[in-house]
Amino acid sequence: MGSALHDVSAWAVPAFLLLIPVYAFFRRVRLYEAFIRGAEEGVGMAVRIMPYLLAMMMAVSIFRHGGAMGMLSRVLGPVFGAIGIPVELVPLALMRPFSGGGALGVTAEIIGAYGPDSLIGRMASTMQGSTDTTFFVLAVYFGSVGVKQYRYSLAVGLMADLTTFLASVYIVQAVFG
Amino acid sequence: MINLIWAGMIVLGVIVAAATGKPEAITQAAFQSAQAAVKYSLELAGIMSLWLGLMRIAEEAGLVAAVARIMRPLMRVLFPSVPLDHPAMGAMVMNMSANILGLGNAATPFGLKAMQELQAINPEKERASPAMCTFLAINTACITLMPTMVIGIRAAAGSTNPAEIVGTTFLATAAGMGVAVLADGILRKIYDRR
Repeated sequence: MGSALHDVSAWAVPAFLLLIPVYAFFRRVRLYEAFIRGAEEGVGMAVRIMPYLLAMMMAVSIFRHGGAMGMLSRVLGPVFGAIGIPVELVPLALMRPFSGGGALGVTAEIIGAYGPDSLIGRMASTMQGSTDTTFFVLAVYFGSVGVKQYRYSLAVGLMADLTTFLASVYIVQAVFG
Repeated sequence: MINLIWAGMIVLGVIVAAATGKPEAITQAAFQSAQAAVKYSLELAGIMSLWLGLMRIAEEAGLVAAVARIMRPLMRVLFPSVPLDHPAMGAMVMNMSANILGLGNAATPFGLKAMQELQAINPEKERASPAMCTFLAINTACITLMPTMVIGIRAAAGSTNPAEIVGTTFLATAAGMGVAVLADGILRKIYDRR
């Protein structure tokens, strides 16, 4: 099952690159002009989100490299332990909603320390692969269109994150434990 | 809320670093992350241009509309406030498909495009519309068939079966997405009553 999915994933991009232009060609789309118009839009969007990316990445980086993230992990360790998240995974659970790159680093650290095929390693892998960086997505997506009131979005995102973390721990425990 | 969290991270970060006597860590973190952000958005510009260019071709060939038509029953339930033929639907469908396939690079451009289209029909421009909230709920917690990046890390770390977490990831993401859609629906009703 894993390798079939892997194949789908590996071939998805080349397939898109082949099928879309070929189909469009027969529908008499002016391929080159259409691509340029779309690509123009991409450059504009990337420039527009730059300040939001910068603000978010800077704050997360200061929080982490200043040592505050480590301190928070130690303080919240018992709380996470009470709901079943092993203490080794607390830094990952805290990092995941804030920074994709940071969480990837923590995951790599955990996998390195405990081994990819250990229970903790599998839990960390599942957590990392299971959720997106909530704060980052909200800040950048809302920021790109100028929305300032997020309403209940943050609450929903964090609830989903918590669910995914707990599900990762319990499901890995049930499947591999 | 975002103001508080953002300032809180910076203030706490600086205070902890000051208390542990390593101010240079803050200086380095601030400058390096600022540079990394610019680099990242430029890299994103390349990938976004590629995908949005390809999507424009697909759009003009009628492919996006065709895919959106197939997903129509699901989208109608998830986004009752968006007209079925609106371009936002196409972009959201593409974003969700890319997420499911684990193509994060492809998902972001479609996602930003979808936000732009949703903003066009948002009556209050500074306030998130219900459709935006639902879209981002699904976006942050989307079913994942292929966690490509993690499998790479596991392979690099010498796992005997790097892809063995595909099944557990699928189940965990299904749980997360279920809660996200449910919580979004419930909170939307609560907020609407206010």
